Amino acid sequence: MSAVPHTPTTGQALFRPPQIGLRWLPVFRRNLLVWRKLAIPSLVGNIAEPLITLVAFGYGLGALVGQVQLNGTAIPYILFLASGSVCMSAMNAASFEALYSAFSRMQVQRTWDGIMNAPVRLDDVVFAEMLWAAFKSLFTTTIILVVMLALGISHSPLLLLAWPLLGLVGITFSSIALIFNALARSYDFFTYYFTLFLTPTMFLSGVFFPRDQLPGVMRVISDWLPLTAAVELVRPLFLGQWPAQGLRHLALLVFYAVAGFWVALALTRKRFRN
Amino acid sequence: MGGVTKSGLEERKAQLCNLPQLGAWPRQKPPTADPPAKRHNAPMNPAALPPTVLAIFSAQGLRKHYGAATVVNDLSFHIAPGECLGVIGPNGAGKTTTIRMCLGLTVPDAGSVSYYPSGPHGPLLQMPQDALAIKARLGIVSQFDSLDPDFSCAENLLVFGRYFGLRDAVIRERIPRLLEFAALTHKADAKLSELSGGMKRRLSLARALVNDPQLLMLDEPTTGLDPQARHLMWERLQRLVQQGKSILLTTHFMDEAERLCNRLLVLDHGRKMTEGTPRELIAQNLEPDVVEVYGNGALALADSPLKALAARTEVSGETVFFYTQDAKRLLAALTDFPQLRTLHRPANLEDLFLKLTGRQIREDA
Repeated sequence: MSAVPHTPTTGQALFRPPQIGLRWLPVFRRNLLVWRKLAIPSLVGNIAEPLITLVAFGYGLGALVGQVQLNGTAIPYILFLASGSVCMSAMNAASFEALYSAFSRMQVQRTWDGIMNAPVRLDDVVFAEMLWAAFKSLFTTTIILVVMLALGISHSPLLLLAWPLLGLVGITFSSIALIFNALARSYDFFTYYFTLFLTPTMFLSGVFFPRDQLPGVMRVISDWLPLTAAVELVRPLFLGQWPAQGLRHLALLVFYAVAGFWVALALTRKRFRN
Repeated sequence: MGGVTKSGLEERKAQLCNLPQLGAWPRQKPPTADPPAKRHNAPMNPAALPPTVLAIFSAQGLRKHYGAATVVNDLSFHIAPGECLGVIGPNGAGKTTTIRMCLGLTVPDAGSVSYYPSGPHGPLLQMPQDALAIKARLGIVSQFDSLDPDFSCAENLLVFGRYFGLRDAVIRERIPRLLEFAALTHKADAKLSELSGGMKRRLSLARALVNDPQLLMLDEPTTGLDPQARHLMWERLQRLVQQGKSILLTTHFMDEAERLCNRLLVLDHGRKMTEGTPRELIAQNLEPDVVEVYGNGALALADSPLKALAARTEVSGETVFFYTQDAKRLLAALTDFPQLRTLHRPANLEDLFLKLTGRQIREDA
């Protein structure tokens, strides 16, 4: 046979650049079609919880706290909290989708195996899952933003800029979550991620209280957390101000997104190699 | 594909009119008798066959080990256009790993996998570098269903067709015919949870046909199905072969292999034990007659003078198997033991399989 023997590619580098073609789109559309069928019940879970938190803490705790000092200006606590919690919602929604739902498709339902029987690369599948989790997160935060507008918490026109930023926050956290998806043996593993990473992140990133109250070491860690960058970018926009060190925070988010996706892809390739 | 093109539809309709009732499938001659593809394949010893002769697909020198265990060891085979090649072997023989290597899902330690999209003299596509181009031309049914539980049958086909880059209009036009082929027309909008095991397997098969492939790779397509569902599946697979499709099939069922496959490859411990048409394999490796004897005192016969009347004797459990060229004398001698029950039958593929791979249960089975 004229078959040219090829070099075995066992050692193909896991960290080679992503090879992404157009076939991520049908994978994304598949998830969209499933979601359209289940949208209403999932909507309640995605949106009710953050809004309950906002109302309970914002109006309840807000009555006790009154005003919060932020960079020398006093702002109402509800505004402080709303601008932080919308970032937290973006983080939670993206993480949940990229962990539990992606794992179901990858491991439990074997959806990915089916997809890769067609001419679709694993890279395309992982990319589609990442964008999908970010999309769902953006959908959640969009509705929360609309409710906040309706409640009159902020009417700043700069909120228009907050919207794409929240999309980026979704991309960042879905990329990071996919790393843990690639490593997971069962759903239980995700509990560690939520309790050991996301929950501390929530308290260290200035969502509920100003970061300058944090003790020294915590403050340093906080400076480098992706959620901190998100809150530092989005909160001023709620106040009608431009973020301080905006480029630095943006770069940090982008770095976490790119590095997170790259590592997630490498680990997923490893998982699927044999 | 004849099955999905317009001309194929006419043909299909004609065939559908002759569709036998479920469960009343007449026993068919194995399709090995004179398959169209075989006419070109003059010599029947595939080992002597240059693999360039009419192959749509070929695997050469495949090798794979996991740690110290060699799962596939220097395995070569090819599939001719219009041929159904069966791969049989005990659990752990390397069947699934072989299929996975053919699909580029597992990277072989050595060897090559090639696909000839336009005949053996046309251009060559190779794994893994042309994996997407090859998969665009393949239909795959894996061992475990990977259908989407959230979708109806029709939606499963639509969504899967999109993975091939097919336009929705093209897929929607194919869906009714694919559902008809899978005998699922009445279940087009049914949720997956409403389907039986057989229906799910047929939907998996229909899904594998959405891109109009020339070659199908089916990993144990009938495992776990009841006899009716298996027969329906066989009938559909035979139809695909009649339409000119090539099939690679792994199975545990010898009757399935005998019925569907033009050629068989017996695999054990990752090696090719033998290869040929089912009838040739039986004729080459076995005596034509088998007499099974069981009942009180049967085991003693294995070492009795009766042994001389058989070419080969085997004991398994409480049964003695006599393999013989001439069963008459043996059967006559057995009339002296009226308390024993005997079963006289022609040697079959199962006998061959057990002879080649042993009667022992595998540890991982």
